[in-house]
Amino acid sequence: MTQRIELVINDRCRTVEVASNTTLLEMLRDQLKFKSVKPGCWRGDCGLCLVLIDGRPIKSCLVLAQELDDREVVTVEGLLDNGNITRLHQSFIEKGALQCGYCTPAFLLASEALLRRNPHPTRERVCESMNGILCRCTGYKQIVDAILAASE
Amino acid sequence: MTKFKYVGRPVPRVDAMEKVTGSAVFTDDIELPGMLHTKLLRSPHPHARIVETRTDRAEAVEGVVSVVTGRDFPFKLGIYVGDRDVLATEKALWVGQPVAAVVAETEAIAEKAVQLIEVEYENLEAVFDARKAMEEDAPIIHERLGEYRTLPIFSPRPGTNIASVFTLKKGDIEKGFAEADLIVENEFSLPQVSHAYMETMCFIARHGADGNVEIWSSSQPPFIVRYLTSMSLDIPLSKIVVHAPYVGGGFGGKAGLNFEPLTVLLSKASGNRPVKLRLTREEHFTVAAIRPGLHATVKTGVKKDGRIVAEKIVYVFDAGANADYAVNVGRAAGYDAIGPYDIPNVEAESFTVYTNKLYATAFRGFGHMELHWAIERQRDIIAKKLGMDPIEFRAKNVLKPGISETGTGARLREDAANLEECLRRVGDALEWGKKPAKPKEPWKVRGKGLAVLMKGPAIPPNTASSAVVRFNEDASIELMVGTSEMGQGTLTSLTQMVAERLRVPMEKIRVASLRGTASTMYTWQTVGSRGLFMDGRAVLEANKDAESQIKQIASQVLHVSEEDLELAEEKVRVREEPWRSLTLAEVVMGYMYPGGNSIGGPVVGRGSYIATGLSVLDPDTGQGNPAVFETFGCQGAEVEVNVLTGQVEILKAFSAFDIGRAINPLLVEGQVYGGTVMASSIALFEQLIYQEGVLLNPHFLDYKIARMSDAPEDMVSISVENPQEDGPYGARGIGELTMIGMAAALGNAVSNALNIEIKDLPMTPENVWKAVTRQNPKLLERAKRYLKGE
Ligand code: FES
Ligand code: FES
Repeated sequence: MTQRIELVINDRCRTVEVASNTTLLEMLRDQLKFKSVKPGCWRGDCGLCLVLIDGRPIKSCLVLAQELDDREVVTVEGLLDNGNITRLHQSFIEKGALQCGYCTPAFLLASEALLRRNPHPTRERVCESMNGILCRCTGYKQIVDAILAASE
Repeated sequence: MTKFKYVGRPVPRVDAMEKVTGSAVFTDDIELPGMLHTKLLRSPHPHARIVETRTDRAEAVEGVVSVVTGRDFPFKLGIYVGDRDVLATEKALWVGQPVAAVVAETEAIAEKAVQLIEVEYENLEAVFDARKAMEEDAPIIHERLGEYRTLPIFSPRPGTNIASVFTLKKGDIEKGFAEADLIVENEFSLPQVSHAYMETMCFIARHGADGNVEIWSSSQPPFIVRYLTSMSLDIPLSKIVVHAPYVGGGFGGKAGLNFEPLTVLLSKASGNRPVKLRLTREEHFTVAAIRPGLHATVKTGVKKDGRIVAEKIVYVFDAGANADYAVNVGRAAGYDAIGPYDIPNVEAESFTVYTNKLYATAFRGFGHMELHWAIERQRDIIAKKLGMDPIEFRAKNVLKPGISETGTGARLREDAANLEECLRRVGDALEWGKKPAKPKEPWKVRGKGLAVLMKGPAIPPNTASSAVVRFNEDASIELMVGTSEMGQGTLTSLTQMVAERLRVPMEKIRVASLRGTASTMYTWQTVGSRGLFMDGRAVLEANKDAESQIKQIASQVLHVSEEDLELAEEKVRVREEPWRSLTLAEVVMGYMYPGGNSIGGPVVGRGSYIATGLSVLDPDTGQGNPAVFETFGCQGAEVEVNVLTGQVEILKAFSAFDIGRAINPLLVEGQVYGGTVMASSIALFEQLIYQEGVLLNPHFLDYKIARMSDAPEDMVSISVENPQEDGPYGARGIGELTMIGMAAALGNAVSNALNIEIKDLPMTPENVWKAVTRQNPKLLERAKRYLKGE
């Protein structure tokens, strides 16, 4: 069963025809070609597919697309400010918070959500809210440093 | 302070922008017109003859384009030993081995159809333990071992499960043990583990009707993929193009050849339409290659003064069902069997053995993390028996530049890395000799430990690299190198080298991000931490070539000799009269005199490098020189262990590597932190758990890897920089080194904290608790009393 939903993605209104078993991850990647949304497990274990739904970080593989009617979704493309990178991006780059880059969209989105709620988080708070996202390359240290630096 | 402008500075990665904006392209992000999708049928049995396969019901599903089985593709694959089926042909060798594939218009259709394939199996006896597999009456997994195409440096034993054995012999082992005051023998083990890179493997192939083949692969090495695909499928090399998009982590798991040949054949079988094969995480866990497990027996003879006089080692690598790449892991572990020590009498045998489990391949460290677990635990056990400080004991025996001989009998060069310095630096950082602070809870204990390590790239002696530095009209540069970018950052370091020498700002140097065999220069493989060193050498040559072309043109225009010219600030100028200059833009496309007469032409610098001075090791004794460089280092840790639960917390993790020169300290730190946490994760949590050959933990839920809160807060990278004369700017490789010693360091720290000897990984709470119960029950009793408040 397909259904037509209306939602806002990265500040733009979209109308999408989606099947009832399509996940948000599939809709974003396969139907709408937002390839920055990365799959790592397709079942909620890795956090790489994270997007912001109404400002909250959510694993897109665990959400059915049809539930997104009237909601607002932000992918990493939506973090750019008029096409320019922000302080958060800059901080990730300067601190070396990315290597292969496969987890980077998820960490950027989760950090953005965290810093909006809590502009000056402690190290523990950062770890707590990022613990659902896996990274095999960086050893996480430079990611924590980047987030803390961006919050100063 | 560095005298360089770019080299030695923590400049940001050249690929950072693409990666933070989400525009970096990975293989699965690519969609081609008319592209089809694949699902694999996997064997439910660990060892079974395939009697019959019926595909008609699957073929009848609407939207299915082709259904194939192993018998359709009778090719053998492999980099060192051609033992791998494209799809299981006569027998299935592990639970999860692909036996058939469906190609369809969508993944969902393929998924549905694949379940309709019927396979009739005849079950065979299986063997899951590598040492059991070596026994005489073990079921044979590869009956045709003797017929496989094998590189002559490997020695398979047909009629057994031994895929290869490497023997190292030096001095007189019997005499050595006779001289010893103390002989210590121990067994150590590590399980198979997963690379667990975040991007699961993905392949796209198009086999054109004209015979031209295009491959997009999430692989580390486009050139070797092209070469091996050509060789195994009998397609001319010139007809194959391999594209290498960004790789979402490789760590060795994406080296060599993976599912590229299958995907090519599927495209051919599907009317030449492009075909994509991507693995889900669960498929990935059961289908893709892993790191071998190891069982080690180490017997060491020492003098009272701490001098090691003899060491006898047996390594048994559990390679699983295929050993096409793993034989080289076994080999590398064989020639480096004793690690960075100078021991006069050595005998080591390193076996790579088949079992009916997931098959092993390269893994960051290439057998060295495994072997250092064994020998570096052994060193601490010996030091304790001798009543010697572990640092002093090591310092007495480690390799010293210009003096010592490695296990393969190669004399260490004068400008070799300085291991003793690394050892001392980590000792100092850990405040060695000072007791760790008391933990808050009395049922917790703390301990310190460290381990030294060595590794050079395990590569064929004739491994080569090439590079081209090509100028554009505005004096910007295209740098063409074959190294893949899987996160390690080599492209950034190479760009720094170009900027340094040619005096062009980094922003004006571009390394194409969509890369591959058609658009970059040849390099053998991006493995073994060789990229920076070898591709770096090729880049230096290319720089030199470009510089001399620029100077040639400028010397004619400025009427000075080439020697009097220098490059600076995007200009070429007379050294003594810097106001006499030409901008690079005036020169690099050829110089035009005011009258229109032109000289020179576009500047294209080319460079090549081939490893020199390496030798084919003696087949009986393993003696010779296997590596262009050896990086040495030391890693140490302080841990806190909860005696009641067996839980280990890493308080400090320090690493010192003599990398010659840190071309980019930011990237070096990234490698060190990444390697430290990966090694800690493997040491504390990771193991592939099987029951009768069935993998019980094929998800991140039950295959736990380190998360952010598991990473030690106090992690430090200490750079020791004793340059290697022939390294690019003195540099040696680093990528793999960072995880080789940490597991053993943690093992030593945990053993030290609990006053026990841990010999097996992983140190899960359960395993640590069991070891305490067995080896130091008093400690547990005391902890329990504390808990009760007594
Ligand atoms: S893909 Fe969604 S959590 Fe892993
Ligand atoms: S940078 Fe590779 S997974 Fe995080």
